[in-house]
Amino acid sequence: MKFTLNIWRQNGPHERGRFITYEAQDVSPGMSFLEMLDGVNQRLLCNGEEPVAFEQDCREGICGSCSLVINGIPHGPDQGITTCQLYMRRFSDGASITIEPWRAKAFPILKDLVVDRSALDRIMQAGGYISVNTGGAVDGNVILIGKDQAETAMDAASCIGCGACVAACKNASAMLYVAAKVSHLATLPQGRPERACRVSAMLEAMDREGFGSCGNQYECEAVCPKNISTRFIANLNHEYLRAGIVESGLPSEPESPHAESS
Amino acid sequence: MMRLDSKIPSGPLESKWDRHRFSEKLVSPNNKRKLSVIVVGTGLAGASAASTLGQLGYHVECFCFHDSPRRAHSIAAQGGINAAKNYQDDGDSVGRLFYDTIKGGDFRSREANVYRLAQVSTQIIDQCVALGIPFAREYGGQLANRSFGGVQVSRTFYCRGQTGQQLLLGAYSALCWQIERGQVTMHPRTELLDLILVDGQARGIVSRDLVTGRISAQMAHAVVLATGGYSNVYYLSTNANGCNVTATYRAWKHGAAFANPCFTQIHPTAIPPGGAHQAKLTLMSESLRNDGRLWVPKVSSDHRLPGDIPVEDRDYFLERRYPRFGNLAPRDIASRAVKVVCDEGCGVGPGGQGVYLDFSEVIEQQGLEVVRERYGNLFDMYHRITGEDAYQAPMRIYPAPHYTMGGLWVDYNLMSTVPGLFVIGEANFADHGANRLGASSLMQGLADGYFILPYTIGHYLATAKLLSIPDDHAEARRAIQRVETRVNRLLTVKGRRTAAMFHRELGTLLWNHCGMSRNEGGLTSALQAIPNLREEFWRDVMVPGAGSAFNQELEYAGRVADYLEFAELLCHDALHRHESCGAHFREEYQTEDGEPRRDDGRFAYVAAWQYRDGAVPVLHKEPLAFEFVPPTMRSYQ
Repeated sequence: MKFTLNIWRQNGPHERGRFITYEAQDVSPGMSFLEMLDGVNQRLLCNGEEPVAFEQDCREGICGSCSLVINGIPHGPDQGITTCQLYMRRFSDGASITIEPWRAKAFPILKDLVVDRSALDRIMQAGGYISVNTGGAVDGNVILIGKDQAETAMDAASCIGCGACVAACKNASAMLYVAAKVSHLATLPQGRPERACRVSAMLEAMDREGFGSCGNQYECEAVCPKNISTRFIANLNHEYLRAGIVESGLPSEPESPHAESS
Repeated sequence: MMRLDSKIPSGPLESKWDRHRFSEKLVSPNNKRKLSVIVVGTGLAGASAASTLGQLGYHVECFCFHDSPRRAHSIAAQGGINAAKNYQDDGDSVGRLFYDTIKGGDFRSREANVYRLAQVSTQIIDQCVALGIPFAREYGGQLANRSFGGVQVSRTFYCRGQTGQQLLLGAYSALCWQIERGQVTMHPRTELLDLILVDGQARGIVSRDLVTGRISAQMAHAVVLATGGYSNVYYLSTNANGCNVTATYRAWKHGAAFANPCFTQIHPTAIPPGGAHQAKLTLMSESLRNDGRLWVPKVSSDHRLPGDIPVEDRDYFLERRYPRFGNLAPRDIASRAVKVVCDEGCGVGPGGQGVYLDFSEVIEQQGLEVVRERYGNLFDMYHRITGEDAYQAPMRIYPAPHYTMGGLWVDYNLMSTVPGLFVIGEANFADHGANRLGASSLMQGLADGYFILPYTIGHYLATAKLLSIPDDHAEARRAIQRVETRVNRLLTVKGRRTAAMFHRELGTLLWNHCGMSRNEGGLTSALQAIPNLREEFWRDVMVPGAGSAFNQELEYAGRVADYLEFAELLCHDALHRHESCGAHFREEYQTEDGEPRRDDGRFAYVAAWQYRDGAVPVLHKEPLAFEFVPPTMRSYQ
């Protein structure tokens, strides 16, 4: 197979970028998209040119490193996969393919197709954890967790932190990313004590990092390689509203009529 | 002269760790604040260690080469994590997990370490539940288990097919908390390129900022390496592309002994290689062997479709050779059995490199939905890569390099032969002996990071004489100089061949001569070929761009250069071990029916190699005494 690639090249965060056209030759249908790019890079190297920088590591769809917008869609045309899991048999021979980096204000381009996603880590540092020391934990079976509940938590926890949801959103919102972590921890009894402060802190961090707000268009869900559902965004909104009530000092439960008045 | 003192506490096995912890010196809370520790790597071992040390009050400088600590390769572990909880009441216990691990490692690991690992395994599960890890549950709300290769109890905890991901994200979240608290300073996109020793103690590292190319030194009171294994020396492996031997190899050159490098695990169930373009091999979880049956056609000339081959014409070779364990035989044994039937010409698929992993029986008995629930994501993965539907026709699988039991030698305190240099997780030579059982690497990584290192490093910091040293100490300047010289050397060769070309050539060489089975002739020829390839590399490698910029090709070339040296050490070790044990199979040492022949009389030791500049490495032996489990022939028949 043969392809014409329009690849975004940019030397650094402050330089101007542009599309450059390359030919990909001798591509076999069983090659992954990244293996096809490896081939292009090997040829560039042999011609004394600088290879195209792109991120990748595990090449099995779990580390969340790879991050290409292919023909306008983060992670390419297929649903529920990362770029590294995309195979060339998906494209027709001779096709022209446009390859761009994630584009979002919060993700500055470092080089070519590589962006800086550390903003996602900073959101996590703001509250995406359960504050529990190592050691002294109670037996794992002391707190029972229903299968459905555990499965819902797992659905949310599958997020690989790739940032495709941000790249797909016209507001460059990280709502699905935040929603996944907030929902994962709020679903489990262990995450309940910090549930109000967690959601507030993470959403504040999201705003601070320059991500936009949710426009309810569901592009994020459509490109999520782990098929994380936008119902978790609804859950995030629920958690945020709840936190507002809890934090404003209003009792979240109806007051007991027998409570002593002060 | 190097001395190997394993520092194993005396006394009964069951109380060694408890007594040892009590006899260890503690660092007072006030003093912890004044002590800093470098942790390199943020996989399960590194992230759990960094977060726990931060929580204890030390200041931690944590490094990873990824853009985020959450991307370390522990994330890709699919199957599960073992723990001796005995929730299934099927006869499991700390003693049994200990015994299984010692036997699974073919009696080449330390009893005391393995027993401790089995002891802390139960705490790991509790800790992970407290961190919010969504383990699979039964309808009643209790934790679910499944069984894994090499054992007869059900002790593996799991999160669908993404256990490593969930455990790592748990450790990462703990790390995030400590970063937020200011206890850990995280340095992502930063690669260790050298170690700094002051007065014989590990006191810092030299690293390169992968965005700006800046090379700088970071000093601390101790250094912890959690940098993973070296399976990528074979070029094609199930490891992520970034996994490398650089950190442990650099430490070796500074005097840390490297133990048992030839114990490299080849995993039986990976998707067979497709062509020359292939960048990595994709693992299919071992858990598939719980329900899938491995077979090949009985005769090599049988080219019928798998569904058209009747049962009597099929060879269920694992069930035939190992009736007691069948398809759940340990990894080393299963991989070799696959190789044997493929070498006999019965392999299936392109090049005859593959065997069937068949689910038709379990689908028929338990229904498609059950199989889909258990393995859905793995079947999807298989479909995407091969374009084939494994619900309809059997999968094809072939062994692939996966994990390295060998690594830097450490004592019971996880300290290497360099004082102040601790090594945890896959990077050390660890607890798996000559072969690791499934679902044990996650257990070991978290045991080291959460529960062992945080104790033992305290004793070192409390008792060692550690002067305060500035960041621009003469040793640091010298180390920076060494790194800069090497980076410049890579950039100035300006040859014609890419680093990948050398890496692929090295990988093929090792796979052929130091892979699933080895012999003296092959290893000797590899030892002759490697130095030539290395010379060729330094004469003809092409690395474009500059050192002071984002340069992925430069990073890669540096790692390949280290593989080209390390490969020799690997072959030396494989050549010297005149026995077959675990993952190390020497063709000269096998029984008539092709089973490995171990030699406890001559080789019941840990081979720890010492670096010598420009000469053959020196072998030191740590004898392995088995006080509690007498070595037996490891039989799964």
